[in-house]
Amino acid sequence: MNTQSNVMNESFDSQRIAPVSMSATRPMYWSMRRELWESRSIYVAPLAVAGVALFGFSLSSIAGIWEKPLRLNPAQPQAPYDMAAGLMMLTGIVVSVFYCLDALHSERRDRSILFWKSLPVSDVTTVLAKACIPLVILPLLTFAITVAMQWLMLLLSSAVLLVSGLSVATLWTKLSFLRMSWLLLYHVLTAHALWPAPIYCWLLLVSGWPRRATFLWAALPLVAIAGVEQIAFHTWHFAAMVGSRLMGAAPTVASTSPDMFPTDPMTHIAPDHFLSSPGLWIGLALAAVFLAAAVRLRRYREPI
Amino acid sequence: MACIDARGLRKAFGTTIALDGVDLRVEEGRILGLIGPNGAGKTTALNAILGLTPYQGELRVLGRDPWTERDQLMRDVCFIADVAVLPRWIRVSQALDYVAGVHPRFDRAKAEGFLAKTTIRCGSRVRELSKGMVTQLHLALVMAIDARLLVLDEPTLGLDILYRKQFYDSLLNDYFDRNRTIVVATHQVEEVQHVLTDLMFINRGRIVFARSMEELESRYLEVIVHPEKVAAARALKPMHERQAIGRSILLFDLKFDLKLDRVANQKLDRQQLAALGDVRTPSIADLFVAVMGNQAGQAQGAAR
Repeated sequence: MNTQSNVMNESFDSQRIAPVSMSATRPMYWSMRRELWESRSIYVAPLAVAGVALFGFSLSSIAGIWEKPLRLNPAQPQAPYDMAAGLMMLTGIVVSVFYCLDALHSERRDRSILFWKSLPVSDVTTVLAKACIPLVILPLLTFAITVAMQWLMLLLSSAVLLVSGLSVATLWTKLSFLRMSWLLLYHVLTAHALWPAPIYCWLLLVSGWPRRATFLWAALPLVAIAGVEQIAFHTWHFAAMVGSRLMGAAPTVASTSPDMFPTDPMTHIAPDHFLSSPGLWIGLALAAVFLAAAVRLRRYREPI
Repeated sequence: MACIDARGLRKAFGTTIALDGVDLRVEEGRILGLIGPNGAGKTTALNAILGLTPYQGELRVLGRDPWTERDQLMRDVCFIADVAVLPRWIRVSQALDYVAGVHPRFDRAKAEGFLAKTTIRCGSRVRELSKGMVTQLHLALVMAIDARLLVLDEPTLGLDILYRKQFYDSLLNDYFDRNRTIVVATHQVEEVQHVLTDLMFINRGRIVFARSMEELESRYLEVIVHPEKVAAARALKPMHERQAIGRSILLFDLKFDLKLDRVANQKLDRQQLAALGDVRTPSIADLFVAVMGNQAGQAQGAAR
């Protein structure tokens, strides 16, 4: 009896020890891969928008409709590139909102939550992987696609200028591309990832709650708070705050002119100012609370 | 160590009691069938074992608490909840990649070997596969995982006879060995009859009947009674009586003690019963009807 139980213990132990070699980051990595497989709009939508914008830009370059503002405005040679960047950031916001509203809902709707939960992946890993999409993946993707797009635009307009016999030197000397790219990276990571984090995490949390109409459940409380504030105090502070969070109006630059585009080469970034703003930390704390609630919620969730 | 050890497991949904003090012990290397009418608490019991639902009472699965340690537990436990839980958007190759990525005990070559025997192609999406093929895919994934406990909840619901037969044949021939345990909940009792080593009937959240299949064969006897001997047979107090093709079929518990009027150790005599008609081992379905019929009778008696 004793020897038998020893043998059994040994076989248990060998089974136990063997698989620990798997690193802790692998479930995280594969969970994020899973999100990219499931929601292809994460990269398809920005690529499609970039493609359409490039097409429009090439048309306008060749036809010369917007000749002045697009190519040869010596005061603001970066204007079309800013426009492209703004468009990509807007796309990123729209994709993030729709992604988050579906993130914890679709797996319950198609009952696949039972499959995901049959694998050794914790709820924390799953929810964090989902949160990484709008907070890390999409900002970086927006950055990468925007820079690629801007280079294509630059080559395109140079080609048009050369063909029409004009000098490309003004364009190339006036544009400080590397600085623009660096500013863009800083901007998407601060204003479009850290700053709106509480909004995205709120949407993620709500997506795990109702049986249907996640958008309604996510928006109604916000509308209600804004409405109560308007009736009681005749102000729109809450609505303005939510809007500014979502649109990335963060105190990330020390620019004196608020109209200045965040990737304007003349901008002075102020990371110390941004990192020391209480708004950022309150927002991140809220985001953490929403994520913790989402993890807890997923534990209890069953298929709809 | 028992594979599953539950004591006083309770679970209520509002005022509905799904599990009413379930005591359950499943040793390693058994194939347990959990049989019960709709709403008896089968799925709730399995969900508690799998860490999908919180519960009251004591429950250990492979020495772990499933509710707090689901992700670690799932390294050693697999489950197929029912036929359609694989996400419809996933490709066969992605499913293999994902499970290989997150599961330390997954043998990809083995899964591909199983799939090679089917008509499933690696590039297909789950939504393009028939119901039977989705089950084959899920089974291929699960059988390639070196798990110690496999839980099946109505695994063959809605499949045609060929797929159902193949399902259990694969499990027995290619998967099951004495280090593994299988728990299967199903309505289709006739197809698991020759697969099981243990049998449990569950009704209204309670285990009402738990026997090993050996005990079943040695203890219960069905007699197709000669018409002239029906009265004599009835005097021996059968558990259940039914009519088929004009003959009375009586089901006896050999441990039933006539003098004490309860189940005791004194056996009814097989010879004595054989003299009354043709004897055979009852099917699980007949036994189920007998046990549930008696349950209903007792409940009515108690109500009066």
